[in-house]
Amino acid sequence: MNTDDPPLLIAEHLGKSYGRRLGCRDVSFALHAGEVLAVVGESGSGKTTLLQLLSTQLAPTSGRVLYRLRDGVTRDLAALGEAERRFLFRTDWGYVHQDATLGLRMAVSAGANVGERLMAVGARHYGRIRSTALDWLERVEIDPERIDDTPRVYSGGMRQRLQIARNLVTQPRLVFMDEPTGGLDVSVQARLLDLLRGLVAELGLAAVVVTHDLAVARHLSHRIMVMKAGEVIETGLTDQVLDDPREPYTQLLVASILPP
Amino acid sequence: MSTKMPPVLELAGVAKTFTMHLQGGVRLPVVAGVSFVVEPAQCVALTGPSGTGKSSILKMIFGNYRCDAGSIRVHHDGEVIDVAQAGPRRLLALRRRTIGYVSQFLRAVPRVPAIDVVAEPLIAAGVARPAARTRAGELLARLNVPERLWGLPPATFSGGEQQRINIARGFLPDCAVLLLDEPTASLDARNSDAVVDLVAEKKRRGTAIVSIVHDDDIRSRIADVNIDVTRFSAAAA
Repeated sequence: MNTDDPPLLIAEHLGKSYGRRLGCRDVSFALHAGEVLAVVGESGSGKTTLLQLLSTQLAPTSGRVLYRLRDGVTRDLAALGEAERRFLFRTDWGYVHQDATLGLRMAVSAGANVGERLMAVGARHYGRIRSTALDWLERVEIDPERIDDTPRVYSGGMRQRLQIARNLVTQPRLVFMDEPTGGLDVSVQARLLDLLRGLVAELGLAAVVVTHDLAVARHLSHRIMVMKAGEVIETGLTDQVLDDPREPYTQLLVASILPP
Repeated sequence: MSTKMPPVLELAGVAKTFTMHLQGGVRLPVVAGVSFVVEPAQCVALTGPSGTGKSSILKMIFGNYRCDAGSIRVHHDGEVIDVAQAGPRRLLALRRRTIGYVSQFLRAVPRVPAIDVVAEPLIAAGVARPAARTRAGELLARLNVPERLWGLPPATFSGGEQQRINIARGFLPDCAVLLLDEPTASLDARNSDAVVDLVAEKKRRGTAIVSIVHDDDIRSRIADVNIDVTRFSAAAA
């Protein structure tokens, strides 16, 4: 790995307050291609606010987000036009919601859910779209026979895997994930986690994964950022932060895991 | 004759103290003033009773534990990197290419077959999957792991089988530095012998090795230098 290549995503002193209530404060980091960053902390620590700021779904109160576009030019996301930002979202980025119903269109078939993202980037040939959709259903371990079912009749784990297929079909370079395994049964979580881990490595994806589950962070990420009350209190290599936590709050998080 | 090779690994004044914030900020000094060098083709064994900080030293060299003081200099692709100061990306690059680590226990990944667990570091280093799997299989065979297990996830294997998967994973890539934490602890004599042979091969290829081995016989067969860690833990207390 060349450690000198320019970052894909840069957060500079990002802050967000809702009136007098603090969302997050002074968050800075750089994420490179192929790197997975986990943002951990308990509910209300500002993790989801940060994810929304990074993905331009929220406007920051202070600071900025920069992104290196496919042409190699790094741009301030706030300076992009609405159409450019939408295009980014449809092609180069993925966003995996904890609640799969937010990331899927529940009334259309699984195949259409995957095909729609392809059509958004210009695919028109029905046969090819269908075969790509089938290929992706297989990659996320969904029985191809279920391609014409709507996600309404899918289980929670299948919906989440379908959401992942829908996100990855356009070969994005960056994926945002908000509690990707939250709300699933433990056995379903393990399967999803392994699937995600494999796909992220195979496709060389960069990802920002928000989770309160340290096992998810351990399994999926290279680096960790620990947040508390809107601020980043500790960062480092994932195994370093989890095996040798320095801050009192991080030690509490690590110590709070119940051994199986 | 001045062909003495420069060291691959140099520790100078390394110190580690744990501060336990949940126990009222109790400070647990582990080691201080850890200084030694490891040359290519040399195996250094860390010795001393349990709790003297042997594993902590290995973990600091790997970047798994942070270092409170001192430097850990690793020669890496023609440059020198101080693990104690390196950021996450440098550490990951170092682990991919330069430092291998065989931990005491395998951190099993559910659902991933043993052969892929072993091949993974090679694939991460850029070797094509089929070639990496072939080499992984050869090493598993040398470590007497039956072929019928290769396709199964190691989570359900016995302690000795898991440890051999772990050893294969650590020994497969050609790293300049190899860290071994009790590699033979749960192995029988035949498999311990296989590990002794593997260590000898690594040394012939110039790998610098730091090991923790409690078994005196095995240690005497692999180690060129013994370093008693007790003096570093005394310095920390």
